[in-house]
Amino acid sequence: MTKNLKEWEEGTLKSFLAKAPESQKEFTTLSSEPIERLYTADQVGQNHQEDIGFPGEYPFTRGVYPTMYRGKLWTMRQFAGFGTPEDTNTRFHYLLSQGQTGLSTAFHFPTLMGYDSDSPRSRGEVGVCGVAVDSLADMEILFKGIPLEKVTVSMTINGPASILLAFYLANAEKQKCDLKKVGGTIQNDVLKEYIAQNSYLVPPDPAMRIVVDMIEYCSQHVPKWNPISISGYHIREAGSTAVQELAFTIADGVAYVDACIKRGLDVDSFAPRLSYFFNAHMDFFEEVAKYRAARRLWARLMKERFGAKKAESMKCRFHVQTAGCSLTAQQPENNIIRTTLQALSAVLGGCQSLHTNSMDETLALPTEKAVQIALRTQQVIAFESGVTNTIDPLAGSYFVEALTDKMEKEAMAYIEKIDSLGGMVEAIKKGFPQMEIVLASHKYQNQLEKKEKIVVGVNEFITDEKPNTDLLKVDSEAVTKKQTERLNALKAKRDSEKVNAGLAALKASASSKTNIFPDLLACAHAYCTVEEISNVLRGVFGEYHDPGIY
Amino acid sequence: MQKKLRILIGKPGLDGHDRGAKIIARTLRDAGYEVIYSGLHQTPEMIVNTAIQEDVDAIGLSILSGAHNYLFPAVIKLLKANKAEDVVVFGGGIIPEDEIAGLKKEGVAEIFTPGADTRDIVKWIESNVQPRI
Repeated sequence: MTKNLKEWEEGTLKSFLAKAPESQKEFTTLSSEPIERLYTADQVGQNHQEDIGFPGEYPFTRGVYPTMYRGKLWTMRQFAGFGTPEDTNTRFHYLLSQGQTGLSTAFHFPTLMGYDSDSPRSRGEVGVCGVAVDSLADMEILFKGIPLEKVTVSMTINGPASILLAFYLANAEKQKCDLKKVGGTIQNDVLKEYIAQNSYLVPPDPAMRIVVDMIEYCSQHVPKWNPISISGYHIREAGSTAVQELAFTIADGVAYVDACIKRGLDVDSFAPRLSYFFNAHMDFFEEVAKYRAARRLWARLMKERFGAKKAESMKCRFHVQTAGCSLTAQQPENNIIRTTLQALSAVLGGCQSLHTNSMDETLALPTEKAVQIALRTQQVIAFESGVTNTIDPLAGSYFVEALTDKMEKEAMAYIEKIDSLGGMVEAIKKGFPQMEIVLASHKYQNQLEKKEKIVVGVNEFITDEKPNTDLLKVDSEAVTKKQTERLNALKAKRDSEKVNAGLAALKASASSKTNIFPDLLACAHAYCTVEEISNVLRGVFGEYHDPGIY
Repeated sequence: MQKKLRILIGKPGLDGHDRGAKIIARTLRDAGYEVIYSGLHQTPEMIVNTAIQEDVDAIGLSILSGAHNYLFPAVIKLLKANKAEDVVVFGGGIIPEDEIAGLKKEGVAEIFTPGADTRDIVKWIESNVQPRI
């Protein structure tokens, strides 16, 4: 009989520890999950084969496709946006010329919050953290020269997502594209806005109704579009643990599926187009386990809770972005190394698309050079490292499997807690996920300050260094001026009768139970602005103010 | 007994990154100060109104959107207009090193950037903020 763990612990290990104790009493992940000294077959679940299965088959632990990167690499999708639509269009063309395979749009804060560039609320923010888009006219410039039937585009917008999707589809129609062929993703995950990222337009209940309107419309008219990207990224950035990121994100997914089913949609008619978006943080194995657990957890919920029948409905397809909050302003070159490790965890975790952060992002918007290194990081992993040659290469590792099991179990416990609060919308109103994140974030800050967690260059290995001044700076005043002029010209030129009729029809559908999306499309074609449309929605549904829980 | 310092933690502008603001609010509360957190998406007018109504001794502004060069001076100008220029204004967020001097010239007492130790922030407040008369 072979030796068991206990015998090893009492024999070889014990006598060794007597002479040479370990460096710490307790070893934990970044999220403070305790980690055992050694993992063996004993820690891996009883139903091991059933739990991990085969790639492309339920429960999809090993991947959503039968060939994974042997068939098709992940999409290299760098998030970009700043200044005027012209500025960002230039960056998009640059990224495509460098071998990027999909586009991802960052909008500036006024657009994210439903204000135009000329609003007093927008002062100082225009074009700074993303691109200024005020109307369909800006969308036309943003994607000029980019064939929307061929390149998939992702748009990071949530509160006013329905407005920007209407602009995008109106632009595609103007480009004479067949909407049935237009593919892409809009983030549109409002629940995590109330939990973490805080860009919202209206309160949670009407926001959910607008999301369901979009999912319903897309499932009928834009079948290749992913009308929602359920996002854990921002939950993690706000300071959650890995398990909280997994749990709250999947719980958000459950809430959207519930809402669509309540609308009367058949689960298999929309679930295949739900997609996910996760963070890749520093703790390598914890992250790999998180992605694997996410796939299994979602598959099981879709099959068991919602009775999905199509395999496509059970697949958790996801985008990953490396963790912005893990990057340091100190010794920014170290961020290249951090991003490389994080990107590798995403790839070994089986992501469908990936954004790698640039080393200078804690200082300002990334420069072209920094963006290039970030994209090259993905290309080196894809084409040089060899990790793409086989599927799910970490499967069967006692540690990775045990950690995957544990994360699934702990996330499920959170989901059950949220169920008991009445589902995610109610849990948010009670402040439950928000408070859990505050506590985790505060705990981590304390660990850093006590040096229980080390960040190189920040609380250890500190050097004197000169600040980096080679930063991309956006002249917000200049962008404001240009966008204001464009808005003035647009308002003088457009057919104001169409504008008024469009906004009135939107108000009527928003006030009834009619799907608002066709009216949004009409508003887009009439060149109504983001703020004009947002004001109609705010007028009908009210505004939301965060409860300021700390 | 000395009067407890009252500090407003404010989030001006449209950005929703509140991790830092919440950590500071909690840290200052734990350090024994009376903390008022404004919540998100405040205009400079809203922040100054709250500061006056709540009779605070200092305002800590958190900005991660890059709009600091407009928002910090806007708050300071409004404090002056309301004869409350003795309220100490400090701030934090993603603020490039070479823009800090300009903000201090505008009247921002101190800027804390990513990686700042919360204990240093508390120490700074202890020696730089006094109760207003």
